[in-house]
Amino acid sequence: MNPQAIIDGLIAGSTIGLGAIGLTLTYSILRFANFTHGDFLAWGAYLTLTVAGVLGGLAAGLGAPVYPFSFGWGLPLAMFGGVALTVALTLGLDRILFGKLRARGADAIIIVMASFGASMALRSLLEFIFTAKPAYFTKALQIAKPLGLGMRATPDQLLVIGLTALLVVILHLLVTRSATGRAMRAVSENPSLAGVYGINVDTVIRVTWIIGAGLACIAGVMAGLLVQIRPYMGFDLLLPLFSAAILGGIGSIPGAMLGGLIIGLAEAFAVQIVGAEWRAAISFVILVLVLMLRPQGLFGQKGA
Amino acid sequence: MELLAYAAFFLTIALTYAIICLGLNVQWGQTGLFNVGIAGFVGLGAYVSAALTTPDAAERIGGFDLPIAFGWLAAMAAGGALALAVGLLTLRMRSDYLAITTFGIAVALQLVFQNTESLTGGAFGMAFIPRPFSGLQGEAFAFNTLNLALTAAVVLVCYLLLEHLLRSPWGRALRAVREDEIAAQALGKNPVLLRIQAFALGGAIMALAGAVQAHFIGFIAPGNYLPMMTFQVWAMLIVGGSGNNRGAILGAVLVWAIWALSGALISEVFPADQQARAASLQIVIIGVMLCVILLWRPQGILPEVRSVSRHLGRRNKDIQS
Repeated sequence: MNPQAIIDGLIAGSTIGLGAIGLTLTYSILRFANFTHGDFLAWGAYLTLTVAGVLGGLAAGLGAPVYPFSFGWGLPLAMFGGVALTVALTLGLDRILFGKLRARGADAIIIVMASFGASMALRSLLEFIFTAKPAYFTKALQIAKPLGLGMRATPDQLLVIGLTALLVVILHLLVTRSATGRAMRAVSENPSLAGVYGINVDTVIRVTWIIGAGLACIAGVMAGLLVQIRPYMGFDLLLPLFSAAILGGIGSIPGAMLGGLIIGLAEAFAVQIVGAEWRAAISFVILVLVLMLRPQGLFGQKGA
Repeated sequence: MELLAYAAFFLTIALTYAIICLGLNVQWGQTGLFNVGIAGFVGLGAYVSAALTTPDAAERIGGFDLPIAFGWLAAMAAGGALALAVGLLTLRMRSDYLAITTFGIAVALQLVFQNTESLTGGAFGMAFIPRPFSGLQGEAFAFNTLNLALTAAVVLVCYLLLEHLLRSPWGRALRAVREDEIAAQALGKNPVLLRIQAFALGGAIMALAGAVQAHFIGFIAPGNYLPMMTFQVWAMLIVGGSGNNRGAILGAVLVWAIWALSGALISEVFPADQQARAASLQIVIIGVMLCVILLWRPQGILPEVRSVSRHLGRRNKDIQS
């Protein structure tokens, strides 16, 4: 067994975990499985790419790589713009679609279906605007540096792992220590009771979308930086995201992150054993195992 | 004559979609089960039937040269068995786990079609699937018309069978579970069992549709069974009217017509090098249409006819709440 799989798995798992956190939050607070979430990752990556292009046009020096990374200051700056635009996209979608259905008292499963339709439309729109040809944040090549024990990683990859850890800690503190976090947990337990208690449910929903979209955009940028940007990148991640969220237990942020890492590692090891062409089936196998053995997930409550 | 032959061809394809829609209508329209893996069930039916009925081929296992009707039955059995397994796994849990699992089934089956070359022909797919009335293949009009008649007959049989079932006590119990699970349970109905039965029946019908389609076209490849297909079928049922079998058939023909027309329009309007790109607009149109219908006319063109029993007749006005 090649120890490099550990690094590969952690890197893929970081992206999956960040995406799954957003998914698990919308799942537990808005109470529906959002099939558009994968496309938020793809849109985040493309929006950031667009902003980076505009910034590069304004100040050419921003594109020059900053040692030891393969990208310049333009990319982190552009990511702020990308996050803002992705948040705007999700809030807009909630306003014209999900919010309307919620207000009508539509069944959760109708909202799932609407998210399924919106996901197809969003993905195809990306394909129409940017074509199916892969895009890249940077053309610079990076040499993977040895880390010992036969493992190698590029500075970009290490940065991604570090940034993910930082984001998860911040988010965990936000949800466990702040008033907003308490309100979020209250709404996920019981929305009507939380409303009666004076919690502004609409604000909580908005905060949930903002966190979910922001993390989706960052995860999309990470995947785009380390692999490539494609209109279907989000769709291909959708099943790993759902598996990670269910494996971790719906509503649990540490669970989603851990689930993401487990899926990432399982994929990396499985690729070495059964071959890369079966990669996409790994998360399905894990999903089925979880549903059979522990449907509430690692950190979920029974009966959830 | 050529136009008529094309019309027959178009309608035959549309009617194969109508069969899928009828299957989905049992799952969603009557029982409220959300299946996001339709393409997987349809593809499974197509591959099972093709493997059994194609002539022996050197490069892959299978090719038993069995009669077409046998392939159709085997496809139904396979689709039903898969749906049964999925149902047993997920239907005890919250409703959207079924959606996620079926989505995974479609992804996994797609990989199987793509990667198990010795069984499915891999990316090249399977050719020489026997076509009904293949002796007439030279005369396009007669061939297409006879196939249209055959497919229409399958649709009619499915339709009559489902109408009968749905007006039977079993159909009433299904709707009772959909509307109010606890009330149905209090009356001694077993919701999980009913859901599993409905899901398996729908899966079998979808797989049959896949087999019918594969035998009409004579060639299948993994690319035919992408999530795109799932999405089209959903649009068909929602537009036509979920819960209404006639709506399912109407929606299939209508959405397929919109699809074919918009495809023709795009190939007229856009230059050749932009067509692949413009084709994604077709999907945007269908996606937006699905969302708009869900928002403004969730009951579809032909709303569900609320009937308690065929003996009582239609009592739309009294019962609709």
